[in-house]
Amino acid sequence: MKKNVYITDTNCVTPLGFDVVSNWDALLKGQSGIGLHEKLGMLESFYAAVIDSEQLDTAFSGISKDNHFTRLEKMLILALAPIIGQHKITNRTAFVFSTTKGNIRLLENENNPIEKAHLSALAKKISTFFGFVTEPIVVSNACVSGVLAIAVAKRMIQTGVYDNAFVLAGDEVSEFVLSGFNSFQAMSAMPCTPYDKERSGVTLGEATAAVYLTSDSDEVRQGDVKVVGDGAINDANHISGPSRTGEGLFRSIKSAFAESGLQTNVTDYISAHGTATLYNDEMEAIAFNRLGLQKVPVNSLKGYYGHTLGASGLLETVIAIESARKNQLIGSKGFSAMGVSQPIEVVAEKKAKEIKYFLKTASGFGGCNTAVLFEKVS
Amino acid sequence: MKANNYISNYCVIENNSVILNSGREFELQNGSFSEFAKAAYKNFNMEYPKFFKMDNLSKLAFLGSEIILKELVNQEENNNIALVFANRSSSLDTDVKYQNSIADKDNYFPSPAVFVYTLPNICIGEISIKYKLQSENAFFVFEEFNAGFITNYANLLLETNKAEKVLCGWVECYQENYKAVVYLVEKQGHTEHNEETVNTLYNK
Repeated sequence: MKKNVYITDTNCVTPLGFDVVSNWDALLKGQSGIGLHEKLGMLESFYAAVIDSEQLDTAFSGISKDNHFTRLEKMLILALAPIIGQHKITNRTAFVFSTTKGNIRLLENENNPIEKAHLSALAKKISTFFGFVTEPIVVSNACVSGVLAIAVAKRMIQTGVYDNAFVLAGDEVSEFVLSGFNSFQAMSAMPCTPYDKERSGVTLGEATAAVYLTSDSDEVRQGDVKVVGDGAINDANHISGPSRTGEGLFRSIKSAFAESGLQTNVTDYISAHGTATLYNDEMEAIAFNRLGLQKVPVNSLKGYYGHTLGASGLLETVIAIESARKNQLIGSKGFSAMGVSQPIEVVAEKKAKEIKYFLKTASGFGGCNTAVLFEKVS
Repeated sequence: MKANNYISNYCVIENNSVILNSGREFELQNGSFSEFAKAAYKNFNMEYPKFFKMDNLSKLAFLGSEIILKELVNQEENNNIALVFANRSSSLDTDVKYQNSIADKDNYFPSPAVFVYTLPNICIGEISIKYKLQSENAFFVFEEFNAGFITNYANLLLETNKAEKVLCGWVECYQENYKAVVYLVEKQGHTEHNEETVNTLYNK
């Protein structure tokens, strides 16, 4: 008999707020964290969802006076601190950390030794701050990292090696990433508009998010969620573009349902990837149709947060859990006219909806995809 | 968790040499990693021009995987072989090259062909494409080779029927320092798959 694994605690740090409550309130009001920013590297101006550094420092000083942390490290510590206090860290507690680029900005100074930019060094620094005793597990699997990290934590708990896990995810807006997406001509000139007819690409963002997973049913309360299935399957098609048929996403979702023993028609809500590139959104619509999920309400949160890379999957899961707890769907910001060839049920405006089962999906460079199926505990 | 899985094949690449299942298959006396990678590609008669577009991390991962899989995998069939890879330096070898391309504003040339390789999981994407592996994949980063984690993760994929076989790989590459240990885990084989045997492969 496989162990049940639950998510009981969540938190996030974004331009919309430094906890779940403030983020939720901002989302209900339709506020976006995306703003116009001036001059970075060779970019004259660009849209991005960026955290205010002064506000970050002020909030961080409430946790630690220590000044040797990078901006990203402060964002990470701020996300994890509130949920860690309530739990005991043991030698059977996993620390799973998701990021794509970590402290990549340290490369901007040639005098920094390369070891400082290691993802494991970043993980170790956070791990030491909180007193984890097990080796950090860093998931770096492009844009699916944040949601894959949940699947990894749940799987490792099921191996019996761990009783519980803290999953932390974060990425920062940097010249490195901005110039790269720009070189792909993948950046939208305006705030991104997922699934919309006029969509023209990605808006980048930065955020951190954290969740606590446990196999101990005594820790679970009503409204928490159980991880009932997952899949992380590659398209095997192209390294920088998704499969036209959505094959990897299709198979990832199928794998998640196969594990759960449920039929796809139980799905109440899909928190999708929705990057607002032409190919990604189209591919998702095709995959959802192939699975008969085209009538299920779906949204993308990229219109609020931009694409936060390694954080996005976890951040969007945190918000999806909030949607399930409150039985309330958030409108897919930026969407006005259907812009994908296959019909899907994009949530145009916020609305009440009873949610028991919901899916979180993501896809990314390297042909990777991940789907995790959740069940709300009642 | 009880596991009855085996390591059926393995490949170790370091110091300009290739070891396949305990036999030294290829060696280049002198040369950089790029020269060695090209020589190994020729030696094993790989016919895959995309290889030359890859960054060094992908070349290393590709060589290790190709040497094991080319005799075993029929690409016409649906092969459910998961890919579970890890390393220490993520994609920093290419990250530094990319950063250099944007450091000088008078000589600014960010290239999408370089940028795409600034993610470590691209190397498993390359292997997936070559063998049409529409299967579970994940890339992890650890300070040191972590046999315990990779072994548990691979066993879980097999036991939950998420994969029929798992190709595991440690593919560390930063400038001229590189090492690949790639091995196939399945239900049959000679060597039992556990943390100790996996560590033995790494320390060979």
